[in-house]
Amino acid sequence: MIRTAITDAAIDAAALLAEVTTDATGATTLFLGTVRDVNEGRAVTGIEYSAYTAMAAEELQRIAEEASLGFDGLRIAVEHRVGMLALRDISVAIAIAHARRAPALETSRFIIEALKQRVPIWKREQYVDGDRRWVDPTTPHVGTATP
Amino acid sequence: MNQLQVLLFASYADAFGASSVTVGVPESATVADVIGALRRLPGGDVLPDAPLVAVDRRYTRDLVAVHPGQEIAVIPPVAGG
Repeated sequence: MIRTAITDAAIDAAALLAEVTTDATGATTLFLGTVRDVNEGRAVTGIEYSAYTAMAAEELQRIAEEASLGFDGLRIAVEHRVGMLALRDISVAIAIAHARRAPALETSRFIIEALKQRVPIWKREQYVDGDRRWVDPTTPHVGTATP
Repeated sequence: MNQLQVLLFASYADAFGASSVTVGVPESATVADVIGALRRLPGGDVLPDAPLVAVDRRYTRDLVAVHPGQEIAVIPPVAGG
């Protein structure tokens, strides 16, 4: 089972967990990306996510299908939100269930890393001082970490 | 010459001042020709040496031929998650 979506609605993480869990799944992972208050030392008040929606939906689905190739019985639900998000809002949720923990854990990591590399989604951070800026992960930063 | 519409997003849309532009390229044009034509437009200096390009919603490469009717998009560095 695979379901992926780009959505402008708030993500319901509990609903994703319920969607992937069955009597046969003994291990479920839930990865959430949320908006945090500081990036590169600047106070962030929110993030505007935008997407090339048609391609983002297709690329996200391709990633989930690639992820499922290695393991039988994976259940995958992924949603990425677009629009204006506030601190703590969920930008991405990845729920994976399998009979065993290793496939669930590995698949979750694979999907978030591939998503960040390939899915055409962009974010523009809004700062306390009113400034806003497109985030460019290809620009090297000093002394910063990514989630 | 073919007139090709190119979709732009995020920082590239800001730089070009539009969410799509039309470029004129030879009938035998490749992705690289499209990028070259974009560089000559106002805002074109925003493009890096090798920008990501998608044709019909799949990433593609410089030497791939492009044709009218295809959905061509230049993709800024992605930042999802």
